[in-house]
Amino acid sequence: MSERIKQIDILGVVMWFFRAAIIVAMLWGTIATLMDNPYSAKAWTDTIVAGIAQGSLYALIAIGYTLVYGVLFMINFAHGEFFMSGIMTSTIFIAIPMSESGYLDANPVLGLIIIALVTMLVSIGVAILTERVAYKPLRGAPRLVPLITAIGASFFWQYYFRGLYGSEVKPFPLIDSIAGKMTIFGIEILKSQALVIVVAIIMLIGLNLFVIKTKVGKSIRAAAENKDVARLMGIDVDRAITITFTMGAAMAGIAGVLYALVFRQVHYFMGFFPGIKAFTAAVLGGIGSIPGAALGGLLLGVFESVGPALFLEGLGVPSPHQLKDVIAFTMLVLVLIFRPQGILGERLAEEKA
Amino acid sequence: MSIILSTRNVIKRFGGLVAVNSFEIEVKENSISSVIGPNGAGKTTFFNCITGFYTPTEGEIIFDGDHHIEGLRPDQVTLKGLSRTYQNIRLFSKMTAIENILVGQHKHFKTHWLEAIFKTKGFIKEEEEALEEAIRLLNFVGLSGLGDQVAHNLPYGAQRRLEIARALASKPKLLLLDEPTAGMNPNESIELMHFIRRLRDEVGITVLLIEHDMKVVMGISEEIWVMDFGQKIAEGTPHDIQTNPKVIEAYLGSGAASGLNLGKGE
Amino acid sequence: MNKSITIKDIISKGLIAGVVILSLNVIGFITLLGERELITGWFSLGHVFLVATPMAVAYFTTKNMDYESKAKPIGVGFVIGAVSAIPSIILVFLETNTDLRQFLANVSPALTEFLTFGQGVVAGSFILLLFFAVMSALASFVGLLDKKIQHPLVTGVAWVLGIATFSEVLLIRIRDTFGRGVAKFIFEGETLNPIIALFIFLVAAGITLWWDQKGDGIKVTFAGFSPQKKKQLSKGRSLILMVVILFLPLLLGSYLTEVTNNVGIYILMGLGLNIVVGFAGLLDLGYVAFFAIGAYVMGVLTSEGALGLDIGFTFWTALPVAVLTAILFGIILGVPVLGMRGDYLAIVTLGFGEIIRVLAVSDVFKGTLGGAQGILQIPKPEFFGIRLVQPEQLYYVVLGGVLLAVFIATRLRDSRLGRQWMAMREDEDVAEAMGMNLVATKLMAFATGAAFSGLAGAIFASKLTSIFPHSFNLIISINVLALIIVGGVGSIPGVFAGALILVGLPELLREFAEFRMLIYGVLLIVMMLYKPEGFLPDERRKRESSTDEELSLAEN
Repeated sequence: MSERIKQIDILGVVMWFFRAAIIVAMLWGTIATLMDNPYSAKAWTDTIVAGIAQGSLYALIAIGYTLVYGVLFMINFAHGEFFMSGIMTSTIFIAIPMSESGYLDANPVLGLIIIALVTMLVSIGVAILTERVAYKPLRGAPRLVPLITAIGASFFWQYYFRGLYGSEVKPFPLIDSIAGKMTIFGIEILKSQALVIVVAIIMLIGLNLFVIKTKVGKSIRAAAENKDVARLMGIDVDRAITITFTMGAAMAGIAGVLYALVFRQVHYFMGFFPGIKAFTAAVLGGIGSIPGAALGGLLLGVFESVGPALFLEGLGVPSPHQLKDVIAFTMLVLVLIFRPQGILGERLAEEKA
Repeated sequence: MSIILSTRNVIKRFGGLVAVNSFEIEVKENSISSVIGPNGAGKTTFFNCITGFYTPTEGEIIFDGDHHIEGLRPDQVTLKGLSRTYQNIRLFSKMTAIENILVGQHKHFKTHWLEAIFKTKGFIKEEEEALEEAIRLLNFVGLSGLGDQVAHNLPYGAQRRLEIARALASKPKLLLLDEPTAGMNPNESIELMHFIRRLRDEVGITVLLIEHDMKVVMGISEEIWVMDFGQKIAEGTPHDIQTNPKVIEAYLGSGAASGLNLGKGE
Repeated sequence: MNKSITIKDIISKGLIAGVVILSLNVIGFITLLGERELITGWFSLGHVFLVATPMAVAYFTTKNMDYESKAKPIGVGFVIGAVSAIPSIILVFLETNTDLRQFLANVSPALTEFLTFGQGVVAGSFILLLFFAVMSALASFVGLLDKKIQHPLVTGVAWVLGIATFSEVLLIRIRDTFGRGVAKFIFEGETLNPIIALFIFLVAAGITLWWDQKGDGIKVTFAGFSPQKKKQLSKGRSLILMVVILFLPLLLGSYLTEVTNNVGIYILMGLGLNIVVGFAGLLDLGYVAFFAIGAYVMGVLTSEGALGLDIGFTFWTALPVAVLTAILFGIILGVPVLGMRGDYLAIVTLGFGEIIRVLAVSDVFKGTLGGAQGILQIPKPEFFGIRLVQPEQLYYVVLGGVLLAVFIATRLRDSRLGRQWMAMREDEDVAEAMGMNLVATKLMAFATGAAFSGLAGAIFASKLTSIFPHSFNLIISINVLALIIVGGVGSIPGVFAGALILVGLPELLREFAEFRMLIYGVLLIVMMLYKPEGFLPDERRKRESSTDEELSLAEN
């Protein structure tokens, strides 16, 4: 029986130790922070609300990763660029001229709808072009090959849009009617953040219903399940894939508009980190699942927002807010190591491995 | 003859599905024996349990005396002296035939990577011997001169042979062949059958097969176990199996056409 | 394979070419390259890139076309060129009538000026149309020519363009070697003299013509040599190569040596990543982390500034510490990702790289790593009391590192470990079933890769004398990945080729710097689509008949 004892490999022990260490550090940090309690209750609620708003954005972007991964099993590294391209274009061509002419303040609803539509169209266009040129010819290639072209596409679009609109940060106009704060349930919240949360909820529920109820949605799910069988059933798989990219890009476009409303600036590099973080959110929630993307996005947003103060401050880390990204990336690493199927993940992660 | 491999009460469950249900075999040393059964009976799952690809849910697998190999990793199983081929050929397709065999010899390499960097005498000697052995194996399986071909460029039959050569390279005591004649024409199958017999007679390796081609199975097996729905429904010599009503029913019942051909081997 | 072509095809192809040119125009690529004049008074690199797209489209469209008379394919080329000019002409009209610049940063009067050859909008547009049409027709015409004429022609043009493109660098070398007079004779200002250009064209075309006719005969003579003589020849060639490498700084001069050193650092990283990605098949996007670690260890140990530890480390004693630290981190970061699938591994390693960079920028380690201000006053390496300050001196440090890495990478590749890596890359499960320990095999790959990268980082820190966290961002990882993909994944000569193309060329052509990542992006896609094996793929080594090895070498 000596062989069996050898099986308890050192690696497992190391990983277990690693896991325990992180939990201890988090708990310690949290307790130390709470004992010390450097922030007021209002500061905490503000941080949490900001986290939820940020998380809603991640959730919307994560949809694109989750849908594409569900159907093609590829990480669409260029997805962050779909997010960036739309809002960059509509900021420059629509929002700024509209704001300068006073139209945007006079008709904010209509103005925003036009901006959103143009943003979505551009994002979708970029997505479809990318899919056609860089992904479609590589169906059935080893998994890393489309990942590499996706990385290529990501950098191509970043620097293409940099060339188009210049490298400086562009301000997104302030819209009077959504500036300032409002009070809901006794909590003061920025109007723009409230808008982000509401729109994200509507879009996520709508998309989920679309995928579950409609015929097109069913064809996408069939293609995700088994492409060959779907083809035999008369489903146009290529069309389903294009629709998948379109939906993901549309959501990324909406996320772009919301991002611009909250942060009031756009930039050619703005898609990169939100993109990677949204991928984290998608994996966290369970890649392939739309509710998972929503949950993962929210969790990541809140963790990232609250985390530096809650976990790190107590540990005596100087200027913990610089480490926001470290929290996000650490979550990414931990999720992929310990629970690659995610919170709501199904068989997908394991089976398609 | 002593027993080289015996499985006791091996069970493999996937969720609610019982793929292998307390399947027991005893493989005699220096024998050729087979596990047969209709498609989806759980034969490959059983092989995967033996070779460490799966951990059996329950049961014991005892190899070469008193080694318990259930639950070991595939590399650990190989080190014990077991080697296998795959139903759908799994060569290292971008490496040459010789390199494939050299990888198969892995467990016999002793030199450290530092010796490789400094090209010590020991390293050179080991590499030369390994190359010699690889070429010998290549010739043995009838692929002389094809050593520098990249594996995926080889014709189908040659790939099957190369896979066997790679498995032999680890100098196993027991060789598991998962449907070695799949995709071969009748002539090639018969040729392979003779080859498997040569393996046993000349090299002295015990061979355990999973096979669909009844002609091959009946022709070379000394002992056969029949599997259906994960369970053993019959065992015995080819003659016993051919006349066993349960076996005929399993094959006819499941409608596997090849089962009808329970013909005489030679 | 002959195809007939419809009018619709021709127009749509022309329009595709037109949209590509339009894109190049609006992102400012063409205007920027327009500043690099190639042949005095004639044309610039911008013109070449402007007209290259329709020419290529015309060439490939008409190459396999059916035709009764030669006029037809040439006509098709003409139409494609003319159609492809239309989007740019529309752009010119838009630009002159509206202020597009408030939207598109690079659509400026300068662009219009360039596109219309300074001849005004109407006349200029007409010239542009004609220029595209004629050049495309020419491309189609060249496609019809006999190989015997086509080959020397194209080679001649390629040489002229190549020399003209790098005239700035060549000018300096020629001036320094042969004196001002010769340089002035060849170059006017910084561009190639038209007459000299014609001369270069004639020489290159002539040699090609001669080689095409006689070359085969010479090759046959070579092939007829006895194995011993071939062995001698190949030895002679290696000897020449060694001498050239040894005295390269003398040949190149200070500036080019500096460029070579930078290329060398990337080669070093590329050799390491090539082991991880190319040999073992583990896509690591956080590779820059080990480069950073090597650099920071060197910085902290040897810096003479406030952050230096000042415990008596010199470059040479700090070097092994830097490499060992990188290896240690390679293993630490390797352990958690061992069980991970390829694409998740890529993202997690990217995450690791970013974590390390953000930590380096943050205040957490400000006391030791200097935060965003980095570490300054790192001394350059010293060699027997001589401080290696000049690029020509540092070259040998870089060379030493590269040679060591090539040596180790080659030896490991040809050993059991190398085969283990490749087997693991091909099929992890089967590799494991062959008896190999995947954990150890993967960690060896990560550790070796990290070692080379750490070495590169340490040399980099000492060469630059100061390091900042922003030098260690994701872009570096992508650069290194791109260079091994362009060179050929898993190929050691490919790393050299990739580094020369992707790091060397952009340093010589400053204009490209701004669009470097855009070009890398395109290259990654194009390589994966059309040439996944790279430009210098790894040749499968012949083992069975090892005597033939020299034979195959001599042939190439």
